[in-house]
Amino acid sequence: MGRWVGPAGLLVAVAIPFVDASPYTLNVLTTAAIFVMLAAGLNIVVGYCGLLDLGYVAFMAVGAYTSGILSTAFELPLLYTIPAVLVVAVLAALVIGAPTLRLRSDYLAIVTLGFGEIIRITATNLDFTGGPTGIFGIPGIDVGGPAGFYFVCVAVVALAVLGSARLERSRLGRAWMFIREDEDAAEAMGVNTYRVKLLAYVFGAIWGASAGVLFAAHLSAVSPQSFVFLQSALVLMAVVLGGMGSARGVVVGAVVISVVPEVLRDLGAFRYVFFGVVLVVVMVLRPQGLWPVRRREPERVDAPVQEGVRV
Amino acid sequence: MIQLVWDGLFVGSFYALVALGYSMVYGIIKLLNFAHGDIYMLGAFAGFVVLSGVGGVTAAFSVVALVGALVAAMAVTGGLGVLVERVAYRPLRGSPRLAVLITAVGVSFTLEYGVAAAGANPRVFPVRVESQAWQVLGVRITLAQLALMAIAVGLMIALDRYVNRTSTGRAMRAIALDPKGALLMGVNVNAVISRTFFIGSALAGAAGVMAGAYYGKIEFLMGFLIGLKAFTAAVMGGIGNIRGAMLGGLLLGLLEAFGAHFLGGEWRDVFTFAVLIVFLSVKPTGLLGERVSERV
Repeated sequence: MGRWVGPAGLLVAVAIPFVDASPYTLNVLTTAAIFVMLAAGLNIVVGYCGLLDLGYVAFMAVGAYTSGILSTAFELPLLYTIPAVLVVAVLAALVIGAPTLRLRSDYLAIVTLGFGEIIRITATNLDFTGGPTGIFGIPGIDVGGPAGFYFVCVAVVALAVLGSARLERSRLGRAWMFIREDEDAAEAMGVNTYRVKLLAYVFGAIWGASAGVLFAAHLSAVSPQSFVFLQSALVLMAVVLGGMGSARGVVVGAVVISVVPEVLRDLGAFRYVFFGVVLVVVMVLRPQGLWPVRRREPERVDAPVQEGVRV
Repeated sequence: MIQLVWDGLFVGSFYALVALGYSMVYGIIKLLNFAHGDIYMLGAFAGFVVLSGVGGVTAAFSVVALVGALVAAMAVTGGLGVLVERVAYRPLRGSPRLAVLITAVGVSFTLEYGVAAAGANPRVFPVRVESQAWQVLGVRITLAQLALMAIAVGLMIALDRYVNRTSTGRAMRAIALDPKGALLMGVNVNAVISRTFFIGSALAGAAGVMAGAYYGKIEFLMGFLIGLKAFTAAVMGGIGNIRGAMLGGLLLGLLEAFGAHFLGGEWRDVFTFAVLIVFLSVKPTGLLGERVSERV
């Protein structure tokens, strides 16, 4: 069944608006599609390469702000801002990755968390980013109303998911997974781990920033409140829940994480308590996620034992 | 200028208290406990519940009530720290680091939104330590600041004694050096780790109550930022090193006071994180940390 899963999912995504095209449904669907893209991007960093990034929405913020500022300041159509967005995203990935990717993995996690906050606070403080209110009046992508925009999103997101799945099978993807499983062995076998990790970051940033452009077009406004740690944590949850490193699992995880809060709207903060508990339970009971990749060889479980105490 | 130094040291003593728990846990089981900042938040809320339960606290009794709340909150957060370790971290000992880190994020999330669900609005702390102020060398020092700082320093000295002079403290240091060796030499590793979590969490809880009493306002996300800052302090001092964590906390408080003064208060947090990133890239072992080579 393996090869039909992707097209079938795509078909479902395209078919839903023909069943129910209310503005509310389209809004939820579009948000979910953008969320899938974020999860696919974070999956490159966390799932393939094993680098924990806790400030991932920072890259989304970079994309959304860059396209928002350029399109409102110079009255450009949104599509024309994409080259600039990509350049800025790559730069951001290099700036944050270059000093930190030499560090141990757990330091990296907290630095990315700090970086996410830096981006958000900076956007709040500066004038050209619109301060706390952000930027509004961003031109959307006008292709036949909300439904049309949703189809554009689905197309872009499908390409992004496919792209990330292709990356997994590339030479680079194999190097990423080698690093995830055993960084020292990878280094010893001639993988330039620093450069390869930096590339994972760059790809993650490109995915995140592109999702940011869609996000800006969808809401026609960006503000710092959209890029709080909660968002980064939710994307991480989608990746973990679906199965780190599994492209299709991550898509499912992202859809679940973005749609469940809509269904459980009445529960308020309890939704997030639930998410937190799920995160712990998944890690303790099923660390490979709901829909993991099938491995040809059993994973090594003895590698990290020297670090912690094992009793 | 001296005012900045004093304010920095005062805030820094809070950071140091929280940083201690981070550093102890990291030193012993190499776990970055993301939920640590949320334990601090829970300490503030536990103190709030105790003080509200006591009811109308008269000004004369405010210090007594505060100390009572402090002890109660320390017991609650300490117990909670032990519980978290038992439920979430112990089953994952020996798993890849990524899994443990993600679990820690999940615990943090659960605690934050658990408190939010229990009563989402920011609360006003029932006891506000208002007191007279003195001018010393042109610096405004309040009695409350002095009292809180004395408590903080007292706790730190007690901890230092505990770790360096008692047999449990020796067991902690042994586990930090060589977990398997400690186990083989008859150290009850699980019990010691539990105790470490208790102490670290209790210190964070104490800091939470003190911050609540001083600033007067508590909310469920208050632990997020201080968790990050305490981690920065722990890294600055050399993570795993207890005296380093104290030094790092005070130093970070000072740096922040000066940074906020010269760059403007709205850049305070950006400045702190920049310090963290610079420190990690230039001297990841921190000021008092030893060079650790990662074993392959």
